[in-house]
Amino acid sequence: MKDEEGTGKESGSDEFLHPSSFILHPFSVMASIRVLSPGMMTTVQDLGRFGCQRLGISPAGAMDAYSLRLANLLVGNAAGEACLEITLLGPRLEFTAPTVFALTGADLSPALNGLAVEMWATVPVERGDVLSFGGARSGCRTYLACRGGFLIPPVMGSKSTLTRATLGGLDGGPLKAGDELPIAPSPERRPSGRAPSAYRRQFGQSVIARMILGPQDECFTRETFRLLLGSSFTVNRNSDRMGLRLSGPRLRHRGSADIVSDAVVTGAVQVPGDGNPIILTADRPTTGGYPKIGVVITPDVDLLGQAKPGDEVRFTAVSLEQAHQVYRQYMEGFDRFAAVSPGNQPD
Amino acid sequence: MKSLRAPRYLVAGEKGLVVEFGSRIDREINARVQTLYRSLGREPIPGVVETVPTFRSLLVSYDPLLIGFDELVSRIQAVETRPPNAGQAKEPVVISTVYGGQFGPDLEFVARHNGISVEEAISLHVTAVYLVYMIGFAPGFPYLGGLPGKIATPRLQAPRTRVPAGSVGIAGEQTGVYPVDSPGGWQLIGRTPLKLYDPGRENPVLLEPGDSVRFERIDEAKFWELKKKEER
Repeated sequence: MKDEEGTGKESGSDEFLHPSSFILHPFSVMASIRVLSPGMMTTVQDLGRFGCQRLGISPAGAMDAYSLRLANLLVGNAAGEACLEITLLGPRLEFTAPTVFALTGADLSPALNGLAVEMWATVPVERGDVLSFGGARSGCRTYLACRGGFLIPPVMGSKSTLTRATLGGLDGGPLKAGDELPIAPSPERRPSGRAPSAYRRQFGQSVIARMILGPQDECFTRETFRLLLGSSFTVNRNSDRMGLRLSGPRLRHRGSADIVSDAVVTGAVQVPGDGNPIILTADRPTTGGYPKIGVVITPDVDLLGQAKPGDEVRFTAVSLEQAHQVYRQYMEGFDRFAAVSPGNQPD
Repeated sequence: MKSLRAPRYLVAGEKGLVVEFGSRIDREINARVQTLYRSLGREPIPGVVETVPTFRSLLVSYDPLLIGFDELVSRIQAVETRPPNAGQAKEPVVISTVYGGQFGPDLEFVARHNGISVEEAISLHVTAVYLVYMIGFAPGFPYLGGLPGKIATPRLQAPRTRVPAGSVGIAGEQTGVYPVDSPGGWQLIGRTPLKLYDPGRENPVLLEPGDSVRFERIDEAKFWELKKKEER
């Protein structure tokens, strides 16, 4: 199974492919994250499951892949290892063994044993420590990476949870109270680390999403493009991991709002008959029958993954060449970060 | 020989290329999609992450760090212009189905709509051999082409909020099978005990794009017997 980049270098660790491999690690049986309360929507996600969309299986994966990669790199994991994606109302989690974790993404007021913990930095924990969350200060989704990752078997090349298909993660669904998420025991002390401020992200209430127009731009009027690129849209309450539903000026089609279904990609902005655009995200269907006016570029899909209901979205258009340049810089940023991240320091 | 129109190469974001052969549901258009899909499966282009065939187009997802858009288009053109491979025709996958009654609540409507008897409707449905045009909507949901025009029936006016997994439906000139419980607007004519999607299986999805499919009529006793086998 191919990973997102097709390079194989960032797929999740295959070291623990099968649960029976736990037998080789007598202490790992006890090393876990125990779910005291699950929070609103807490799922296991990595960079997604690629290679099965021809079978109707959505990629899933982190809504904000930037934050997921940084959390992993901070604790010394491969960038694409699985993390917990924590949404708005966080869980209460107990560590049953010493390990090191890092939190990135949304600031949901995390606390360890009741004391505030720093985000975008490694945090050592002892057996019995409890991580909890308070109110949402900025953003929508926090990522929790544990050194060594989670010891659950990948399904079709990925540990990502796709709840609609009951696939991946822990039993194919969000975490429940009483769940035990096995982790690698990591008693050794490695240097702690903090992400330089340039790499830390804060999320406001407005996202500017750069998009490449098409593939069905011909289905829309000239006036529609003026509205699309000149207006502000609001994220609706019924947005989820499938898509961000927006409201704003009505985007009109040239003719019918229906096309014969074709494939969709993450970030695609589809416009159904009611004229309200939907930005398709990680758990989106693989095909769709509405025209796509444009596709948001990958680095900005990450920002949209942190948008909350009520937040504002504005679109600007970029060329394919510009988008490729931005994507290259985006990926190089992770390489640079990995080179200086504490996980990569020699022991 | 009829000359084929060149496909369009559309940009779908910075990692997607859509090779579009037409805008209709059409056996010939889909055959061109399948030909390219299979060619790229046999001879993968470095930098291509995955491909998704649909009724009328092939999505080619690529890694822009490994291959550029223009290079990808020319590599695909080199593949696509080759004559279609006669291919190894696979045996049709047989979908055992109970027709009518509680399993196919819309069968009588489908027959009435077309002015034929229920028995004729069933016989038309089991006689045809279908082609998986594409999989979409839900994990493993096959859109099947080849439905006889004499049982084509429009979708329900108001979709059902829950269609049980295994339901065999008709929508216009298409037929399909719901792999999982889901809302749906297709006319339900029967149900199969086979699991088209089972996350616990090594290959969770039963059908692939390009597979051929036929339906086989079974009675209720056989349905429950096969169902028990599938649950194991």
